[in-house]
Amino acid sequence: MRTYAVHASVVRNLRDARRGDYRMTDISTAAGNALRDAVCSICGRHGDDPAALLEILHELQDEWGCVEDDAVPMLADALNLSRAEVHGVVSFYHDFRTSPAGRVTVKMCRAEACQSMGALKLIEDICTRMGVPLGGNGDDARVTIEPVYCLGNCALAPAALIDGRPMGRADIDKLENAIAEAAA
Amino acid sequence: MSVTVYIPCDSAALSVGADTVADAIRHEARIRDIDVTIVRNGSRGLFWLEPLVEVEVDGNRTAYGPVTAADVPKLFDAAFHAGGSHPLALGPIEDHPFLKNQERLTFARVGIIDPLDMAAYQSHGGLTGLRRALGMTPEQIVQDVTDSGLRGRGGAGFPTGIKWKTVAETACETKYVCCNADEGDSGTFADRMIMEGDPFTLIEGMVIAGLAVGAGEGYVYIRSEYPHAIATMLAAIRIWEADGLLGDDVAGSGKPFRLHVRKGAGAYICGEESSMLESMEGKRGTVRAKPPIPAVAGLFGQPTVVNNVLSLATVPYIMKEGAEAYRDFGMGRSRGTQPFQLAGNIRQGGLVEKAFGVTIRELIEDFGGGTASGRPFRAAQLGGPLGAYVDDAMLDLAMDYEALAEAGAMLGHGGIVVFDDTVDMAEMARFAFEFCEIESCGKCTPCRIGAVRGRETVEKIIRGEDAARNVTLVEDLCDVMTDGSLCAMGGLTPMPVRSAIKLFPDDFDRPLRHAAE
Repeated sequence: MRTYAVHASVVRNLRDARRGDYRMTDISTAAGNALRDAVCSICGRHGDDPAALLEILHELQDEWGCVEDDAVPMLADALNLSRAEVHGVVSFYHDFRTSPAGRVTVKMCRAEACQSMGALKLIEDICTRMGVPLGGNGDDARVTIEPVYCLGNCALAPAALIDGRPMGRADIDKLENAIAEAAA
Repeated sequence: MSVTVYIPCDSAALSVGADTVADAIRHEARIRDIDVTIVRNGSRGLFWLEPLVEVEVDGNRTAYGPVTAADVPKLFDAAFHAGGSHPLALGPIEDHPFLKNQERLTFARVGIIDPLDMAAYQSHGGLTGLRRALGMTPEQIVQDVTDSGLRGRGGAGFPTGIKWKTVAETACETKYVCCNADEGDSGTFADRMIMEGDPFTLIEGMVIAGLAVGAGEGYVYIRSEYPHAIATMLAAIRIWEADGLLGDDVAGSGKPFRLHVRKGAGAYICGEESSMLESMEGKRGTVRAKPPIPAVAGLFGQPTVVNNVLSLATVPYIMKEGAEAYRDFGMGRSRGTQPFQLAGNIRQGGLVEKAFGVTIRELIEDFGGGTASGRPFRAAQLGGPLGAYVDDAMLDLAMDYEALAEAGAMLGHGGIVVFDDTVDMAEMARFAFEFCEIESCGKCTPCRIGAVRGRETVEKIIRGEDAARNVTLVEDLCDVMTDGSLCAMGGLTPMPVRSAIKLFPDDFDRPLRHAAE
């Protein structure tokens, strides 16, 4: 890990020297500045360590709702990575989204154990009931229903996760109530 | 006198309302002026009975379940806080046949204690293994683990002691212990139960691994789909640090061991050890070519022990009771116990820790009680999405690494997913390819392209287009993927596909479906 500590301090100096003068990432809007501040502070919390990129992306997404394209060059600058490397990581992992999700995020398991208890039909039904495509947002961005592959609740299938709250033995009514409750 | 009530905090119990039940009990006790202490324990693993509430009276625990918030006033009316009788009463849960017939070594404390209570951990045998290990030489620890016969519980079944020996003998200043908690296989939840129900045993196992191989730093890579497990592990690590059991000087031994949690990001492939290491370095989770093996060049290029949660969580038992005690369980070259997980369409789903050698039928019928739907059993998938399907005729197979391999199946992480007679096995074969298509890391061609072509071809079979010829084509593709893929993702996707074709040929023999239909 020592190599990374040295490396990180060099990167930090570089970043400080260039703060406010990101040529590639010069977004002269208030939102752009706010995003840059968020990226810098999150990366700083992790010692500008490129090995912490997944943690950094998780935190950025938690704070901003997504990892938008504008954040990629800022992250690359802060961590001394290429933009291609950062983009590669953002696009590789299913968790990271480049546009915000709806107000409520529902993860529905469609792996084998849940399929054996009718998950595919349930997913179709809840998407119809909510008027959203699987994996996308509805017009009013109220709810996003995402497919996942296993939530580790396979003995109580079908399983779902509504804004981080687990639901076992899910059915259409329970889901609809939970979504309404989470949106309230 | 205060009454202790146990209500699980395991996320499976939460998923059916454990928190609401806890609130209701707290509320009702206040109204009735009854002094109740609520302890949030892990789950006993009888998930069809969750939320399973236990009341301790005079040191004896009586169980009630499945309890809903609406049941709570009636439970108090029946004086359940004094162990009173009620239609939901189950008696002492240890006497339930589902638990009584198990051999819980790794899961000895799960469901019994508050997972973050250090005093309870120690009074139930915790830290005894670590204390013994601190008095041993690294070579002796490695020897004990080797003698126990413990094999990697992640699925590959590689002898843990031999892996540790390689790392121990590789000269290097910096070494790591990495715990693979990216439990992505459908039908498995044992790692999650350990992390949520007894995280200290996993930490203890990792510290012992560090002592054995000379590593001063460890990482637990937990999938993001497990937010509760991540929170419990982080809290557990803080407790160990505060107690001086983690840090620069482990329990006054002068040896350092620091532990970190890394959170995954929804990629199944990161359960493959080399992908996991890439991911832990902040990169795309692509598979590394081997050699070098991680034991020689792993995390950040340093010698690294990579073990599954269950392997590491079993080490404290081996250290405490001795290699012989663990070795005495099991059969053939599969020694000790395996936490099996009954899932899917099963009446009594949950965790069964049992010595190797138990048959699939015993697990599904005796423990599981058959299908949840009550319809006839048709198939079960063993060992996750890359594992084989078995039919009724194969249910008397013993759960043992070698016996299953001989029958063309695999144990994997010990998950069993049951399907009733409504399952369409051609659809399941299609899904196996689809899953590989979604989750392939894309590094090697047989997996990246093979998965897409495989799905397309099975779709043709399902539509009845040249079914027989396309089945031959799929089998040929399976050969290529098995022989040519870099890792188990592409290499084992053919396993469920082939077993489905072999055991359920009728599902693949379809008449042409007309466009008008």
